[in-house]
Amino acid sequence: MRYRAEVFVTLKPVVNDPAGLTIRGGLQALGFESVTEVRAGKYLVLTLDEADASQARARVDDMARQLLANAVIEDYRIELDPVGEPVAAGDASA
Amino acid sequence: MVFPGTWSDRDCAHAVLDVLQEPVRYIDHREQNVDGLELVILPGGFSYGDYLRCGAIARFAPVMEAVADFANRGGLVLGICNGFQILQEARLLPGALLRNASCEFRCEWVHLRVEQSNSAFTLDCRPGQVLRIPISHGEGNFFADPQTLDALERNGQVVFRYCAPDGRVTADSNPNGSVRNIAGISNAHGNVVGMMPHPERACEPLLGGSDGLAIFRSAIHALTRVAV
Repeated sequence: MRYRAEVFVTLKPVVNDPAGLTIRGGLQALGFESVTEVRAGKYLVLTLDEADASQARARVDDMARQLLANAVIEDYRIELDPVGEPVAAGDASA
Repeated sequence: MVFPGTWSDRDCAHAVLDVLQEPVRYIDHREQNVDGLELVILPGGFSYGDYLRCGAIARFAPVMEAVADFANRGGLVLGICNGFQILQEARLLPGALLRNASCEFRCEWVHLRVEQSNSAFTLDCRPGQVLRIPISHGEGNFFADPQTLDALERNGQVVFRYCAPDGRVTADSNPNGSVRNIAGISNAHGNVVGMMPHPERACEPLLGGSDGLAIFRSAIHALTRVAV
């Protein structure tokens, strides 16, 4: 089964986020005074072929721990959706 | 060490070869071993475009396994700027380097207070000595959790702090928001050091100063001292 995994990488709450603070300043300067906090992060979309959803999630979790996020400063969250069977090579009729 | 995107390798080679008259070999990131070397320098730059996180991809370069073995056997390793970031991603040094608090790339001369002279790269310095060395980075804001910071301080692993010209550690002398003004740290054994400032760019009066020489001379001193 083919899956689409979304990985949201965010700075841990205790880590200062200069980019978020700067964006908040920009929003407030535009008149959006109700904004009290902005946290900036990374958004990654992966497409992968795995036997089932639990295996796909375990693989993406492994990727996040080994490379996509740095556990010293970052947290991550994974959202997984099936997107159908892989298209066989050469079968481009669609 | 040369990764795709490394930019300070020739500056480092110039300091070691031309100024200090010591032999230099460029190590390609695809090499499998670092045999025969006495000192490995990971220079500054933007390895692999700094994609994902600074140093995150370089950590998986084929040569890094050999560098980790070399470091774990007590070999001298100096990570400068991007090299510091790579050593942290490789878990050879603790902590991480965040975006500068100002969100600006800072390229300027700073003052560093040498915190301890036990590391291989500060043997020739005395604690409290002030060095004037340039920085050139956008992501040098040192971060570690409080427990890690306390352990670093307790073990004497904080090697350099940003300071005023007279050696006082002040908020104004901190160019990037680093916690406790930390500019450089070592591992527990003192053979691996990472620092954001560029000592290789401060090795000749023509370049504006030669305080960086103390760091390379310390390493040479450490090597001759332990030579068998």
